[in-house]
Amino acid sequence: MIPELGSFALMLAFCVALLQGVVPLFASLRGSAANAGAARWMAVARPAAYAQALLVTFAFTCLVQAFVANDFTVLYVAAHSNTLLPLHYRISAVWGGHEGSLLLWIQILVLWTAAVAALSKQLPAEVVARVLGVMGLISVGFLAFILWTSNPFERLLPGSVEGQDLNPLLQDIGMIAHPPLLYMGYVGFSVAFAFAIAALIGGQLDAAWARWSRPWTLVAWTFMTLGIFLGSFWAYYELGWGGWWFWDAVENASFMPWLVGTALIHSLSVTEKRGSFKNWTVLLAIMAFALSLLGTFLVRSGVLTSVHAFATDPKRGLFVLVFLALVVGSSLLLYAWRAPQVGLGGRFAMFSRESLLLVNNVLLLAAAGTVLLGTLYPLFLDALGMGKISVGPPYFETVFVPLMAPMLLLLAAGPFLRWKQAGFKDVRSLRWVGVAAVLLAIAAGVAVGISPLLLMGLTLAAWILIGSVWHLLQRLRVFEDNRTRLDHRLSMLPGSYWGMLIAHAGIGVFVIGVTLAKGREISHDVPMRSGDIHHVSGYDFRFVGLQNVEGPNYSAVRGTFDVTRDGKHIVTLLPEKRQFASGGMPMTEAAIDRGPTRDLYLALGEEIKPGNWIVRIQHKPFVAWIWAGALLIASGGLLAALDKRYRLKKGKA
Amino acid sequence: MKRFILPLGVFAALLGFLWAGLHLNPREVPSPLIDKPAPAFSLTQLHVPERQIGTRDMAGQVWILNVWASWCVACRQEHPVLMELARMKLAPIVGLNYKDGRDDGIANLQRAGDPYLVSAFDQDGRVGIDYGVYGVPETFVIDKRGVIRYKQIGILTPEVVTGTLVPLIAKLNKEGGNG
Amino acid sequence: MVKWLAALLMALALSAQADEDLDKRAAALEEELRCLVCQNQTIADSHAGLAADLRREVREQLAQGKSEQEVLDFMVQRYGDFVLYRPPVKSTTWLLWFGPLLLLLAGAVLLVSRLRSARRETPAPSEEELQRARALLDNDKEQP
Repeated sequence: MIPELGSFALMLAFCVALLQGVVPLFASLRGSAANAGAARWMAVARPAAYAQALLVTFAFTCLVQAFVANDFTVLYVAAHSNTLLPLHYRISAVWGGHEGSLLLWIQILVLWTAAVAALSKQLPAEVVARVLGVMGLISVGFLAFILWTSNPFERLLPGSVEGQDLNPLLQDIGMIAHPPLLYMGYVGFSVAFAFAIAALIGGQLDAAWARWSRPWTLVAWTFMTLGIFLGSFWAYYELGWGGWWFWDAVENASFMPWLVGTALIHSLSVTEKRGSFKNWTVLLAIMAFALSLLGTFLVRSGVLTSVHAFATDPKRGLFVLVFLALVVGSSLLLYAWRAPQVGLGGRFAMFSRESLLLVNNVLLLAAAGTVLLGTLYPLFLDALGMGKISVGPPYFETVFVPLMAPMLLLLAAGPFLRWKQAGFKDVRSLRWVGVAAVLLAIAAGVAVGISPLLLMGLTLAAWILIGSVWHLLQRLRVFEDNRTRLDHRLSMLPGSYWGMLIAHAGIGVFVIGVTLAKGREISHDVPMRSGDIHHVSGYDFRFVGLQNVEGPNYSAVRGTFDVTRDGKHIVTLLPEKRQFASGGMPMTEAAIDRGPTRDLYLALGEEIKPGNWIVRIQHKPFVAWIWAGALLIASGGLLAALDKRYRLKKGKA
Repeated sequence: MKRFILPLGVFAALLGFLWAGLHLNPREVPSPLIDKPAPAFSLTQLHVPERQIGTRDMAGQVWILNVWASWCVACRQEHPVLMELARMKLAPIVGLNYKDGRDDGIANLQRAGDPYLVSAFDQDGRVGIDYGVYGVPETFVIDKRGVIRYKQIGILTPEVVTGTLVPLIAKLNKEGGNG
Repeated sequence: MVKWLAALLMALALSAQADEDLDKRAAALEEELRCLVCQNQTIADSHAGLAADLRREVREQLAQGKSEQEVLDFMVQRYGDFVLYRPPVKSTTWLLWFGPLLLLLAGAVLLVSRLRSARRETPAPSEEELQRARALLDNDKEQP
């Protein structure tokens, strides 16, 4: 009964979404808020948004209930769950497969829509109508996709006695958090998109529009950062080979909107402060969401091979492709039609903060374009009958680093430049920062071993970090005579400033982590028997022994390794090889000793002879800095979004 | 106006490729060995370990090489088609028993029937690597001069046999062979 | 006797070093080759049987003295360019390898044209706009 109610709720939600999508948009085109008739129709938007949120949330709850209650008469539950599965994984299994993850997508979309409806009191009625209308139309598309091709409530009659179990790789806390966070980002870009479309329709693209749009975009971008970080963090300990980024098609599908989203938040700040870049900003907003939809297509259509891909079905792929074509095609058409009338906005000189941010936009777009090129190139060649190739990490690493290096260089300098017209003396003090950065990098390089790439990475990171500190000191006017107290001056700094500073510093920290982890990582695959000792980077790994352990739905072989350094005991690591009751390939559970300057990574490979295992031992310097950097970047985004100027009371916009 | 239509143009091209992609299989690896000489090998025979079988023994005739294993589930699906192919006497079929146990391989043929002229025993899979084998089953058609002319990735179906193999082998048989 | 011992130790040390070098070279090559039966993994990280076989091939060939390029060529001969994660630079991949540079150049062109247009004069405010501006400014000044 309950699954049918869930399905019915989705159908109702579809109707409401249709209403929400069509009526307010149409009304806003016919007349302004001054016209009472049009105003009434436009006012349909908010209640429709709330109704949709209620209905979809109800449907989502029904699916959760089906999982919790082990209702194997529901096909999706039977395919992705199991009576032995612990409760928290039964809940996260809701988004473990294609249909359920789509339901999660729409659930998050309606929550964002409701949030926009609730927090938009200060916006003019036409804008609200258009934004909610566009979001309603997106809902229509996704609900149609679910109802027509991917309904999670489809029955399996007679029901099966036992489910097929959630993929063991997904039975992990990372799996619980990663998709919701990532989807918050993907879906959140639809808000920026809706604002952009609303602006194009209304023909009003000004600083006020940017000020409305920016906090929503910043929050979406922050979630995207967290989602990508968590995916990487999870892959690192879950997949058992010590990697954290493979330039896999699905990883790239999330990285591209992130890159464009980064360009977008910077572009929005220019439009907000100076009224320039309006066309850029609108186009970037459309592109960010287009890339989100493209990601949805790539993951679910079977067009590209990936460990992350959902069960593929070309028919579903076609649906998403048509949806993608309609949404992005119509928005780009609207852009082509309306953008010429938008106007140029404020002037700025060749050397100014605006021009540097323009360079920033271009570099980020070139980076996103490069990732897109590499990801889709095998498809291009195959479609043209010109053979089959693979494009993997060696390609991406070769082309991406030269692209990013100029960006990192300009990153530290940008905040020093004034708006509209900057002078050379703005950045003159930076030469000392440069010298300090090079010296620091050389010193660090001497300690860990010099190589050109390492030096470049460390120099750029130091340049960014020292430059950020220097900027803060200058902004606080520490070196001038000032009557106000230092802590008062600190508290006067706006959230957006802290956001920028911390996010940029986070990038510096991230670059240190990546440079050292990739440059100085040591990895050995060695056969070991009980009693064997292996040495890596001054650490001694002694294989103590094996034992069998039982988990709630698996049985495992656990190895015990004593790690010592200079005779002193550091840690005991317990990697496992798990075999799940539901069958399938055995899972590697790595054992990691994390530290601020290094991670020790241990994983069981294969058992070549009874008791004789191939063990993967890795010493990975400064990996923790990768995670710390990502978290700092996300924090920066959050701080910027919480800036007081976005929290205006009603009527003041 | 022109530069504002550029994003739409690029997007349209992208859509075209994505649509084409829906009809392709990204996991299929076409063989670079088509129209190249079949890699020479000489392995022990599956049933008679003292004797050898290799490419030299099949020179001068059109023949089929079928890669199989007792642990391969899909091969069982293909087996009836192979038996039928053997009955049609189009060309001799040589089996390549890939990464299998000798006893398991022999038992498998005993149970399901033996369509092969003889099976070569490739225990460590090296000959398989030379032929670019990445999945089982795979089937090669080799002409009189020892050149690979066709590779079937995956199971043979009756449609493939009648639609592709029969006309191909007929054509190859008309061709002359030389040293 | 001492000399003989020294020679033996030296040989052992060199062979240990050579082993380590071989390991490093093999590991580097394994990161360049694709596991054909997996969903996008290198042969270094895959547990599949074919991956293990190919790793064995790599190691054996390097030990025989083959160069990295020879080993890669061996693989490509049998499996095609698909097995390489670093696509070869040929006419069909020209756009792939030079694409990023082309994108940058296109961006630079866009940049320069945009910067030039930004320097053009924005139209001077109309008389009506100037009057409104004056009125607003005077209004502000009057407030206490």
